[in-house]
Amino acid sequence: MTQRIRLSGVSKEFTVNGTKSMALDDINLTVNAGEIYGLIGRSGAGKSTLLRTINGLERPSSGKVFVDGVDIGALDANELRELRRRIGMVFQQFGLWNSRTVYGNIATPLKLAGWKSQAIRNRVAELLDFVGLGGKAFARPRQLSGGQKQRVGIARAIANNPSILLADEATSALDPQTTTEIVDLLRSVNDQLGITIVVVTHEMDVIGRLADRVSILSDGRVVETGDIHQILAQPNHPVSGALVGPYTRTALTEGEKSSLRNQFRGRRISVAVGQHLDDDPVISRLARQHHIDFTIIQGAVARVKDQPYGQLNLALLGDAADLDRFVTELADRVVVTEW
Amino acid sequence: MVNELELDVVIPKVAKALAETLFMVSLSFFLAAIVGLTLGIFLFATRPGQLLHNRVAHTALNMMVNTLRPIPFIILLIALTPVTRALIGTSIGPSAAILPLTIAASVGIARVAETNLVAVDPAVVEAATAAGARPLHILFGFVMREALGPLLLSLTFIFVALIDATAVAGAVGGGGLGNLALTYGYQRFDYPVMILIIVVLIGLVQLVQFAGNRLAHRFID
Ligand SMILES: Nc1ncnc2c1ncn2[C@@H]1O[C@H](COP(=O)(O)OP(=O)(O)OP(=O)(O)O)[C@@H](O)[C@H]1O
Ligand SMILES: [Mg+2]
Repeated sequence: MTQRIRLSGVSKEFTVNGTKSMALDDINLTVNAGEIYGLIGRSGAGKSTLLRTINGLERPSSGKVFVDGVDIGALDANELRELRRRIGMVFQQFGLWNSRTVYGNIATPLKLAGWKSQAIRNRVAELLDFVGLGGKAFARPRQLSGGQKQRVGIARAIANNPSILLADEATSALDPQTTTEIVDLLRSVNDQLGITIVVVTHEMDVIGRLADRVSILSDGRVVETGDIHQILAQPNHPVSGALVGPYTRTALTEGEKSSLRNQFRGRRISVAVGQHLDDDPVISRLARQHHIDFTIIQGAVARVKDQPYGQLNLALLGDAADLDRFVTELADRVVVTEW
Repeated sequence: MVNELELDVVIPKVAKALAETLFMVSLSFFLAAIVGLTLGIFLFATRPGQLLHNRVAHTALNMMVNTLRPIPFIILLIALTPVTRALIGTSIGPSAAILPLTIAASVGIARVAETNLVAVDPAVVEAATAAGARPLHILFGFVMREALGPLLLSLTFIFVALIDATAVAGAVGGGGLGNLALTYGYQRFDYPVMILIIVVLIGLVQLVQFAGNRLAHRFID
């Protein structure tokens, strides 16, 4: 796998009114070409600062940032501007230039990169199509909804065919429906154009739908890095657990369990739902095979990067011996806990 | 009452005074726009975190503007009399009023320009930097451009204030509508002429404000 971005021992210290604070503390991470990399953490964790070191908007106090193998700290001002033209960036508050039309906003990075005017016209038309804003070329940013503004932001960011897109809370100012649309757009930017994306967000839901791999930040440190499914299934650090918890919360508390025990007096099990349930409808298949029934009494299943993820709690009804066989065979396929 | 005969005399006088006022206002506004915008851009650009970040230069410019701004125009006018005489050869008449008018308007424009530039959303700069624009291009092609609408409104305000100030200059011998109003209204108690002058001034201010608003709104959207 080609490495697109590598941060090696990156630290950033800010001095405010004479007091120093570490916004980033010895960050090491690698983003591979073509992946969507998520950075998640609470407010003030250092996510934006970290993202901004990648296009040199923020200079690390120590450590190095490599983009396509080049140490960007060693670039002169001109080379840094060249690099920035090959890295797109989208912002939470869109950062559009209100004095320019939609067309002007998208054309500007192309002008900066020295495109010819005919080529610019064609490219802007193509981009407006891609982001679904065909008729809006001569609208002013203020006339657009938040979702439309972010579409312009994305079109502007990918105009000059960058290899990297940096997205800082790109959906945090949007409602859930619009968030979904922007998430889908970012996915097509990644799928169809092959652009590597680094997404910063505090919305676990967005990370779950977008990211291939994730780093969790807390107080300027990376506390955990891993595959999105692995982090959701098994957060190792308390901060990860706290972030992931509300999104995947399916485990029942002891209080809930005891009241459910009164209500459903047979056997009760929790079943972890994952990829295998897409390939094999194991629960209903075994239920039919062993002539048992079940009621879903609680649960949640979300799709994380196109795979189901969650937990279901079932109350089982049937002959005791059949139930034994059902539970045993089910436990061979998925994680089952009886309570 | 203004009778027919008197109107024949008065209208050319008002027209001449209006022309003098327009001359003073336009020329001093033009000069002050050049000086004031330059000062304003430097005031902005020498601020911490900006392109030419320089505490000493910023403080010096700031002090200069702060020293000149609170001086009431009439006092500035009188205080500058020797300078005006040395420079222009006379201290009365429309031409002599240009220097104090220009100085007063320059510091005003410097301050409003700085204020409008500071008010531009930092996200504008952030996005331009991230797109790989050069610092000077960011200042003129992005920050100035975003500030243009509000800046035009502020300049309209200064232009109207200049009309006001020419009347003061007129009162001490600068010519123009202020001088005429003083002669007829104050020394001859001819209120109808006074009212005519007031109507002309109101019309002028309305016109300027209307034009300024129209122009500014093309850039505000
Ligand atoms: N320019 C700056 N000057 C001083 N301190 C700063 C600066 N930028 C960031 N910080 C500090 O660095 C820390 C990390 O900030 P950062 O903006 O990276 O956090 P974040 O994770 O993006 O938070 P949020 O989710 O609120 O955007 C914070 O404590 C912040 O106050
Ligand atoms: Mg942030």
